[in-house]
Amino acid sequence: MAVIENAVEATAVAQPPTDKPIINDFAIVVATANGTGSQTANMALLRAIFKMGVPVNGKNIFPSNIQGLPTWYHIRVSQDGYTARRETNELLVAFNETTIYQDVRDLPPGGLCLYNADFRSLPTRDDVTMVGIPVRPFVAESGLKGKLGDYIANMVYVGAMAYLLGVPLAKIDEALDVHFKQRRKFVDSNMAVVRAAYQWANDNIVYNSLYRVEPMAATAGKMLITGNEAAALGAVFGGVSFAAWYPITPSTSLIDALNDYLPRLRRDPETGQATYAVVQAEDELAAIGMILGAGWSGARAMTATSGPGISLMAEFAGLGYFSETPAVIWNVQRVGPSTGLPTRTGQGDVLFTYYLGHGDTLNVILFPASVAECFEFGVTAFDLADELQTPVFVLSDLDLGMNNWMTEPFAYPEQPMNRGKVVTAADLQRDGRFARYLDVDGDGIPYRTLPGNPHPLAAWFARGTGHNEHAVYSEKPQDWENNMLRLRRKFETARQLVPDPIIQEEADAAFGIIAFGTTQYAIDEARDRLAKQGVATGFMRLRGLPINDDVRAFIGRYERLYVVELNRDGQIHKILQTEAPEQAARLVSLAHMDGLPLTARWVVEAIAAQEAGRKEQTSDD
Amino acid sequence: MINETKRGKENKLGLTLKEYKGLPSTLCNGCGHNSIANQIVQVAYELDIEQHTILRMSGIGCSSKSPAYFLGGSFGFNSLHGRMPSIATGALMGNHSLHAIGVSGDGDTGSIGLGQFKHMVRRNVRMVYVVENNGVYGLTKGQFSATADEGQVLKYAGENEFPPVDLCMEAIVAGAGFVARSFSGDAKQVRELLKAALHFNGTAVLDIISPCVAFNNADTSTKSYGYGREHEAPLHDFGWVPPAEEIELNDLEPGETRLVEMHDGSFIRLQKLEEAYDPGNKIAALSRLQTAHDNQEFITGLIYLNESRPTLAEVNRMVATPLAQLGEEVLRPSRQALAALLTEF
Repeated sequence: MAVIENAVEATAVAQPPTDKPIINDFAIVVATANGTGSQTANMALLRAIFKMGVPVNGKNIFPSNIQGLPTWYHIRVSQDGYTARRETNELLVAFNETTIYQDVRDLPPGGLCLYNADFRSLPTRDDVTMVGIPVRPFVAESGLKGKLGDYIANMVYVGAMAYLLGVPLAKIDEALDVHFKQRRKFVDSNMAVVRAAYQWANDNIVYNSLYRVEPMAATAGKMLITGNEAAALGAVFGGVSFAAWYPITPSTSLIDALNDYLPRLRRDPETGQATYAVVQAEDELAAIGMILGAGWSGARAMTATSGPGISLMAEFAGLGYFSETPAVIWNVQRVGPSTGLPTRTGQGDVLFTYYLGHGDTLNVILFPASVAECFEFGVTAFDLADELQTPVFVLSDLDLGMNNWMTEPFAYPEQPMNRGKVVTAADLQRDGRFARYLDVDGDGIPYRTLPGNPHPLAAWFARGTGHNEHAVYSEKPQDWENNMLRLRRKFETARQLVPDPIIQEEADAAFGIIAFGTTQYAIDEARDRLAKQGVATGFMRLRGLPINDDVRAFIGRYERLYVVELNRDGQIHKILQTEAPEQAARLVSLAHMDGLPLTARWVVEAIAAQEAGRKEQTSDD
Repeated sequence: MINETKRGKENKLGLTLKEYKGLPSTLCNGCGHNSIANQIVQVAYELDIEQHTILRMSGIGCSSKSPAYFLGGSFGFNSLHGRMPSIATGALMGNHSLHAIGVSGDGDTGSIGLGQFKHMVRRNVRMVYVVENNGVYGLTKGQFSATADEGQVLKYAGENEFPPVDLCMEAIVAGAGFVARSFSGDAKQVRELLKAALHFNGTAVLDIISPCVAFNNADTSTKSYGYGREHEAPLHDFGWVPPAEEIELNDLEPGETRLVEMHDGSFIRLQKLEEAYDPGNKIAALSRLQTAHDNQEFITGLIYLNESRPTLAEVNRMVATPLAQLGEEVLRPSRQALAALLTEF
């Protein structure tokens, strides 16, 4: 069995200065103050590199406030297509005076710092190149004051970075054209500043940057989109007709996107009549209440929230489960408990959501890992909710939801919508009988009628209290037990309906890795690094709960499996141990939490430490 | 033939009164809630309502059991404590061709559900919202609710130290367009108010004092039968006239009777008992409620009426077809629409 000797792979730490240029393989961090409009500048730089055909990923590492506090934007440029966060950023744009000492300290030797020359004092480092750029004259030249002046100031670093990295101005123009949705007035005014700064850099900076972007053809036909936008698009093409929500970071932009797409696609331009409704509720309790009401009446209904909202929805989640009402709940996870780190990312809501509701509640969960899956699950979540007649939770996270990711264009959903077992008046006329909670097919899923169905047999009374097969109130022990066992049977059916895991296996794999969601990217990279050291691994990415036979079989094929996730207690590890108890001893939890997206370095080091410990133990024996 | 004679009188749909009933009540004998349920049955029968067009909605509590006891042919949802408004809102957005009768209690609406109540009223969801108000928690055996009288003493709960929440005032302040108070012992008034409420285009709030015979029926309580019978002071004689019915002007005496036309062509007929009272004036309505509170009066009738607000479905400009009945061809935009959207990224 191969053992990893050198955990920290050499490229993970920065190289000392060399004369050899580093092409398309480095990371940039832009430090600004929150609320200064730096997002446009960051996106312009990110998208321009993307437009050069170079794989790139941007992550906004931002504080929980409205304005003024430090915020950092990480851009990873990777010819190999890696998109995970790196711990090291070789290039720094220091446009926040309050953090410049810290930001410069974090640069590796050989790094470059582009700073605002107006700052009063500067840290000194001999092994870092410091380039000051006079921002004030550009702002003065633009004639813009106040907030607009701030925005323009940020475009100054875009121009200077474009010069230093070798990004053609035409690519910045293309990027801004996308950003401003072809409103050329905005593009032109921003480009004027970018051009001036580019020219200034050309005339004044003598440093010959080691870090360069050179055109590739790796992003042709792809697009950049956030997970929340993708999820909203998926919901629209999944047929959402009712959404109720309460604002909460990081889920808000999902509903913002719905509020952008739905009026364009589902409102008659002439009459103004809509085939949808979006209601901003007074709180999360009302939001889920409304979507359960709408789901009961037969509409495709959804909400989007984050951890604190999920906890408020607990009682309704139980009602939805027990009354067997379809609804879709997106939980774009942030870090708890309580308010926790409200603008940081994590995967800490898994256990809570899986069992959300008092008594014996079990919820179906989907785990998207990419923007493409946000779109796909935007559709499938509705089909599953209708098919299983239960609330379906989709657990995304802040990293996926709010950051821009590369993707192939989304495929149009080819499968017709699955509305599940809905009985019409004509069906009732033919069958001559109806019992709302009768397990006719043995799969635990009963048939339902929708309110308004005029057939005399159709009406039934939904309730959170005990009921028999006819939905009539009952406290009879046998009725209760029968119903709860049927619900359990329905959950067994759900195992076969949730998306299968994605499995990648190597011959002679030393061990297996299990993960879900956005940790995949750090793990992909970590596995490549391990492979270079001769350590082959198997990988399974869960895409939903409850687990199915494929998951059990994968676990069964490995002597040990590392379960990687972003929380303290190893929540999916616990669920897997519970659901596959005979294999529990094989599962090793590698849970990590710091509020930031996972890095490959952490994964490699954590696995190496485990493997080394294991080796030690073996030799002690 | 024998069956026919037993059936009783049929309405225009060919249904008898009995066919509008629900399950037998499990509430206490003499509970005011039963009387209200009976009036709902009577009204639905008289108005020839097709039961499948009505949703029965409730939260938790004695009152919220009521919907099981009327309109057994209707779909219903007995939801969570205080959360009926959100379920009803969603259900009626999913299918806005339906109407709903929601039944709630003073604990359900005035305490745990005050927020949802006020926000539903604010949104003007088209439904009848009945509060069966007895000032006490019956199902948990006798705690004060938020509408209990200040200074009132109950056997287990002791003395109530706090002023009552006036749900009519709360509804008016929140923007309700139809706010009435009544007494479950006044069957005729309850019936006429229910009819008018069913024809109101928005949230119609009926705060009906409905005595709890088990825990709050001492004559000292303003929520008791004794107090109600003794003190009920109607603001007007209240009547409702269906859209198709000719207005009998010979009934009316100028200056004393007022007709208010509803959006569907029906009329509310108010025969004034209090000369100065105008249910169209929001400030006057609030003022009258405050005076009643100060003087320990039990005023009943239509306290406030404003038909000008659009409903939630109207604000959202929803198509005539209910969302729940839209087909895939409407719900899923085209392949071209997706392709066009994706060019934006």
